[in-house]
Amino acid sequence: MTTLAVISAGLSTPSSTRMLADRLANATVTQLGGEDVQLRVIELRELAHPLADRMLTGFASDELQRAIDTVVDADGVIVVTPVFASSYAGLFKMFIDALEPRSLRGKPVLLGATGGSARHSLVLEYALRPLFGYLGALPAPTGVFAATADWGDTAAEGGLSSRIARAATDFAQLLGAKAPADRGPAGQLAAADRDWGSDEGFADPVEFSSLLDRVRR
Amino acid sequence: MQFGIFSVGDVTTDPTNGRTPSEHERIKAMLAIAEKAEEVGLDVFATGEHHNPPFVPSSPTTTLGYLAAKTEKLILSTSTTLITTNDPVKLAEDFSVLQHIADGRVDLMLGRGNTGPVYPWFGQDIRDGIPLSIENYDLLRRLWREEDVTWQGKFRSPLQSFTLAPRPLDGIPPFVWHGSIRSPEIAEQAAYYGDGFFHNNIFWPTSHTRRMIELYRKRFEHYGHGRADQAIVGLGGQVFMRKNSQDAVREFRPYFDHAPVYGGGPSLEDFAAQTPLTVGSPQEVIERTLSFRDYAGDYQRQLFLVDHAGLPLKTVLEQLDILGEEVVPVLRKEFAALRPADVPDNPPTFASMLAAKKAEEAAKANGGNGTETSSTSNSSTDNSNTDNSNTDTTNSTETNSEAVSK
Repeated sequence: MTTLAVISAGLSTPSSTRMLADRLANATVTQLGGEDVQLRVIELRELAHPLADRMLTGFASDELQRAIDTVVDADGVIVVTPVFASSYAGLFKMFIDALEPRSLRGKPVLLGATGGSARHSLVLEYALRPLFGYLGALPAPTGVFAATADWGDTAAEGGLSSRIARAATDFAQLLGAKAPADRGPAGQLAAADRDWGSDEGFADPVEFSSLLDRVRR
Repeated sequence: MQFGIFSVGDVTTDPTNGRTPSEHERIKAMLAIAEKAEEVGLDVFATGEHHNPPFVPSSPTTTLGYLAAKTEKLILSTSTTLITTNDPVKLAEDFSVLQHIADGRVDLMLGRGNTGPVYPWFGQDIRDGIPLSIENYDLLRRLWREEDVTWQGKFRSPLQSFTLAPRPLDGIPPFVWHGSIRSPEIAEQAAYYGDGFFHNNIFWPTSHTRRMIELYRKRFEHYGHGRADQAIVGLGGQVFMRKNSQDAVREFRPYFDHAPVYGGGPSLEDFAAQTPLTVGSPQEVIERTLSFRDYAGDYQRQLFLVDHAGLPLKTVLEQLDILGEEVVPVLRKEFAALRPADVPDNPPTFASMLAAKKAEEAAKANGGNGTETSSTSNSSTDNSNTDNSNTDTTNSTETNSEAVSK
């Protein structure tokens, strides 16, 4: 079974960001053929207050933690954010900031964004792709930007639907190539590289003498 | 089991009247609070250490030295002493002198400090926080235990034939706790040495506290200091009480809403549900505190934070009255009733460690049996003596300390 987390950072209801997220999710399910796919949608609007609390207190509420776990446990993630001031929405970034630094490592991600006009479309390449590159995720080579005008464009070639289908195809290939077993868990890192603040140090404690040896001459 | 208070030492505006105490007032208030702790029958006062405004306790042993003279029974401790930015040689000296002044009523809790800019003021770098903790503590231990130390490390100039003066009182170094909210290496460090582990337990959900303590207990056993459930654990807690629960909530809410750490964030109700913060009646505080045992196991020290977020001194002293009269006596009884006989009820104290040392020396004199197992039995010897340290051994120590000071 494949589990996909679908993150929508749209603020209005109904939201074109959520619409794009659903379209991308359904197209991915289609591309995965007969495979059993479970979709888990996360609406960040509902987590706005817990996210603000998380920034101030340093820990996640149960509700937010469940959303974080959903993303971390998923085989792939579809992210869609509106474009605000030439970049992803602040709410979207707050959620990404709430994830442990290495928790998206090696995870296939399908990038999506929505905006008022096509002039924002490169936000995928200039804002979203570097962010997920930094996190060590595997952003699919094709993302989808949907401008307001795209929702009325029913052209078979080059229209929104065909772009969604192409992006879903690339994403599905990435998901297929990454069987769960090859996704290197962060826990396999050498002791020196491990992120001590994360879960790794609890599951697999290091002998204290090896820490002492590093400071003793 | 020991009960006490720990203070951050923040200078915070009282949100109900806009008044900000001066640094002088805050320092004097901390002293009054500590003296009150002894008066109401608490066992421990621990001061934080900070080197930047709005905090005042930058020189903990000065504060504790004063309190040593003003109190009789109170254990003087820290929460925390910065093992990263303090020179371990100076720490060894300061706490050694304090121990003599206080006739042994001293222990300390080591922490890293989380304020990046503080490190360079003391010639260090926050990125070295963990290695600094490891190296500095390793040296600190040697300074207290070995008379002639020749040492070389990464972070401090080497030592050749250094002897700490004064030596720890009766040759017994103060008991050490290691405090950390989320760094497993620090739990590991506490376990490795068989020292105590303290979790501040107040800013984060209990699941995080549980995880750190479980690691410490497991590794304490791994390193041969005793069973996991015999490890020495301390917990923080944060309470505000009035006779009626609603009155407590009403009075504390403005302080909560403007508190430096979580102000502007979650509601008091959410935060109280998510973390061990308890705002309510003394009975509610008793029940909540007893529930810490569900995830921390039987533990040896409970410290409450009562004097922060701009609460006026008068209110804090009232809180201490309630703690001493209505809460702690019940907790002592309830925790004792739940604790298995072979789990230490107290952390090692100066008295218990001295008694253990004498017992070991006597055993040696009687033909040396038991010396071979000393490395593993040390802490359990401490622990078993701790069990009755509240009674007989205290007296013998006082006599002994007097003898030393004469």
